[in-house]
Amino acid sequence: MAYTKRFDGRAIDDTRPITAKVGVVPRADGSAMFQIGNTTAIAAVYGPREMHPKFMQNPRGGVLRCNYNMMPFSGHGDRVRPGQNRRAKEISRVMENALRPVVDLSAFPNAVVDVFVELSQTDAGTRCAGITAAAMALADAGIDMKDLVAAVAVGFVDDRVVADLNYNEEHYNDYSDNPDKDRPVADIPVAVLPGSGLISLLQMDGEVKREHLKEALELGRHVAKKIYEIQKKALKARYME
Amino acid sequence: MTESLRQHIIQGLDKNIRLDGRKKDDYRKVWIEYNVSNSAEGSARVHCGPTDILAGVKMGIEKPYDDTPDRGNLMVNAELIPMSNPEFEVGPPSDWSIEVARITDRGIRESKALEQKTLCIKAGESVWSVMVDVIPVNDAGNLLDMAGLGALAALGVSKYPGKKENGKVDYEKHTDKKLQLACKPIPVTVWKIGKHLVVDPLTEEEKVAEARLTITTIEDGTIVALQKGGETPLTVEEIDEMVGMAIGVAKTLRALLE
Repeated sequence: MAYTKRFDGRAIDDTRPITAKVGVVPRADGSAMFQIGNTTAIAAVYGPREMHPKFMQNPRGGVLRCNYNMMPFSGHGDRVRPGQNRRAKEISRVMENALRPVVDLSAFPNAVVDVFVELSQTDAGTRCAGITAAAMALADAGIDMKDLVAAVAVGFVDDRVVADLNYNEEHYNDYSDNPDKDRPVADIPVAVLPGSGLISLLQMDGEVKREHLKEALELGRHVAKKIYEIQKKALKARYME
Repeated sequence: MTESLRQHIIQGLDKNIRLDGRKKDDYRKVWIEYNVSNSAEGSARVHCGPTDILAGVKMGIEKPYDDTPDRGNLMVNAELIPMSNPEFEVGPPSDWSIEVARITDRGIRESKALEQKTLCIKAGESVWSVMVDVIPVNDAGNLLDMAGLGALAALGVSKYPGKKENGKVDYEKHTDKKLQLACKPIPVTVWKIGKHLVVDPLTEEEKVAEARLTITTIEDGTIVALQKGGETPLTVEEIDEMVGMAIGVAKTLRALLE
């Protein structure tokens, strides 16, 4: 049985339903919520403000610091123990790299712009939802930006390229009864700078052939454009009452 | 800076006007959304003006404690994430987050709202544990009361997850069996600023207050938990007045629960 029809009936380039809202944390300098299916990310930006600890200050310009966190009740199974684990640390760093190319902090030496990303419910695609929310929150905070960043996971399920994998698709082999079930699902989160089409986050779990990777990245860019339109709409909605 | 703010706030309170125009015993508008996280067994989002907190319940199966072999476990935790307040930091729990969690815990535990015997699967071997996490998204004051209300709201809509044959939790399956709550303990904190008593403080009021008393009451007005905070002592008359205020506010808040 090949994966010809997606579990939830979506077309291959369809995302799950998306809701985006800017300005959800009044105390923060900028904030946004991005929900895709059952994954909800909230991002809040504080700064530019003084960098602590001091040894991390950069006299050449401001530092962008991300902090990714899953709320304890947001996991698919057991309660997630609070506090940063290795996974959260790594995701925080790759989020910084994904967002850094679009923000200009040269006017703020020794300062930090903190981006806090919290997940209140998860169903795969959390780092992408986090990056997408964080880009909107940075814009809402009035940080100088060259572009937004839109992120989505693409991948291969049973050799079919699909966009925005959900939890069931990531675990396709646990469900499917096909003889090829040892073939891993490829899960490829990508972050795209929509203006230039450049890719600022790229990771992969699984196995993929060179030509398939290219196909997946093209799909990622295509879907990111759609997400970008939603981001712009949410930002405009915040400032047009 | 704090002293001039304090004087300013007290001058207002002398005329019964607070920084946002409220009277001393006015509560901001409170509203509750339910089941805001599909990953949790039950969840709620509580708003009090711009204050916005999430509460979620996860359930697991554990071995009971030796001294309570037929009782399930209850754990309440508050994660004061830096997203919600520029003064909160990343890292281990602060004293404040521990106090928020413990006051919330005490109300639920001491009122026996959660009948822990109903969580027993097999005495001495396995029991359900109920883990409540309260997380502010935006802290614009009054975290203490909202943590308690949020925890109770989330518990009230929580449903047991499935159970596998090997005795492990099956989170893929959801049952229709709800957690049993015997009563609704509502914590209300009354804050003392100068000679004035206020409820539902703003962040600025929390900063300048010299004492506070959290009074948790159930439906019939019985007090099930108390916690005094702040360095300034209180008179018996003040405490009595605070309890009266808290019982009144608790009635209003309880009526908002599903």
